[in-house]
Amino acid sequence: MIENRPLTNVLCHAVLILGVLFVAFPLYIAFVAATLTAEQAIHVPLPLTPGSHLWANIADVWQHGTGNAAYPFRSMMANSFVMAIGITVGKLVISIISAYAIVYFRFPLRSLVFWAIFVTLMLPVEVRIFPTVEVVSRLHLINTYAGLIVPLIASATSTFLFRQFFLALPDELVEAARVDGASAMRFFFDIAVPLTKTVIAALFVIDFIYGWNQYLWPILATNVPQMITAVVGVKGMMGNGDVATAWQLVMAATLLTMLPPLLIVLVMQRWFVRGLVESDK
Amino acid sequence: MKRSNFGSPWLPYVLVAPQVLVTILFFLWPAGQALLQSVQSQDAFGFSTHFVGLDNFRTIFSDPRYLASFRTTIVFSAWVTISGLVISLVLAATANRVGRSKVIYQTLLIWPYAVPPAIAAVLWAFLFNPSLGVITYALARFGIVWNHAINPGQAMFLVVVASVWQQISYNFVFFSAGLQGIPKSLTEAAAIDGAGPLRRFFDVVMPLLSPTTFFLVVVNIVYAFFYTFPIIDAATGGGPVQATTTLVYKIFFEGFQSFDLGKSGAQSVVLMAIVIGLTVVQFRYIERKVQYG
Repeated sequence: MIENRPLTNVLCHAVLILGVLFVAFPLYIAFVAATLTAEQAIHVPLPLTPGSHLWANIADVWQHGTGNAAYPFRSMMANSFVMAIGITVGKLVISIISAYAIVYFRFPLRSLVFWAIFVTLMLPVEVRIFPTVEVVSRLHLINTYAGLIVPLIASATSTFLFRQFFLALPDELVEAARVDGASAMRFFFDIAVPLTKTVIAALFVIDFIYGWNQYLWPILATNVPQMITAVVGVKGMMGNGDVATAWQLVMAATLLTMLPPLLIVLVMQRWFVRGLVESDK
Repeated sequence: MKRSNFGSPWLPYVLVAPQVLVTILFFLWPAGQALLQSVQSQDAFGFSTHFVGLDNFRTIFSDPRYLASFRTTIVFSAWVTISGLVISLVLAATANRVGRSKVIYQTLLIWPYAVPPAIAAVLWAFLFNPSLGVITYALARFGIVWNHAINPGQAMFLVVVASVWQQISYNFVFFSAGLQGIPKSLTEAAAIDGAGPLRRFFDVVMPLLSPTTFFLVVVNIVYAFFYTFPIIDAATGGGPVQATTTLVYKIFFEGFQSFDLGKSGAQSVVLMAIVIGLTVVQFRYIERKVQYG
């Protein structure tokens, strides 16, 4: 604080509170809607204070789903978990080992490999939608977890972040390890991986959210109700004109869908904020 | 690259193999496929294909609806980028002034990052629901009729609000980090010279923050162009009458209707050119930053 201006301070808090309200308002209304009965949820104006049906709505949607996604929501949540964890672990594993290879080995195709990984930054799934679906269906991966996970695990940003971290480790570590007779893999598991724990924690948050929040890819890679993910399911629950939307159930499902990524961000906020800034710069 | 390396003729290849394999299978091959399709034409039954040069590109660029979605994408990105950056910069700058309570505000402001984009769209579509939305009801009391299912301008507003809401937390985190990196001594010196808070912000802080701002401009444009598909699909479905159909949404939507591989390939290639352009700009910035740093 440079100077003390009470009025400016009040103004600052006012601006921030306004920002927080803007952020929280949709979440609060979603929570309220999820606590209403079916009759209350079609009443105009909608009540602005919570009702008493939260658990009933959650149980209902958990077991039966609603709208165009009339399938147990627990199955969609389970699919999302498998997909998100698969993508997170897959991304972490393949990027830490390839970064390790690029930093600690000298091999002929090194720069070509580096370039190939870099290219993935330039080709998000959104720009190669149909050819990618074609590849996945030729490999018979439509409606499989592998089809949901594997095409999304290449990651230039994670690889770069691990590479940066390995480059910052002192050379003496390797030399000492080699004097002691440690092999490359021994050094990897006993020294390199334990030292990158903070990077792994940060990337875990970012990659989990990335995996959990996927929308376009699950739509393309699956077409049976058993394989629907939570995010796609919630969108399907919103009626498209033919059926009236049961908003209290949709919002109950919305709360459930937001819970895992939200918890992860709140619990791991410190690593997450640092990881975000590091991995994108 | 390190001074001391492990020597092994095969181990490095084993280690990079999974990443390279995934990249080839799901990135390079499909991209190559799109590139190939964009210069070919297929007959109606898919029996024969022949080389047509740039015909597909000529077709899409003379299609008024494609050009309209180009315009839509640019307008949408401009709104998302400008309003998103202004709001989050204001929040980050004020949070930087309030001392210890900053952490509390940060915790409350980063929530939307964790909310899936499609869910963000569902939340806002609910608030603006034409028949029972809370905001729709409030607007009606001021005599404003809200129905984004028939009003193109309102549909655009809805997708912009949902996208900005989602992106604020990301921008906020980066602006906060950028603001923390500015030495206190500079703003203190300006204060001693008699510059008030606003003057200091515009004349001292803003110029020093320009690398962060520039980085975020690029990231936000990329976000609006490519990663808002779920928001548009869940909130408006590209409508009404294509008012919110961005380039990405158009490829997706048309791919399911008409199976004109040539046209969709050409559209993919145009998008790839845009991402590559933006990525190059972004990395230029990083190089510059390293030089200065």
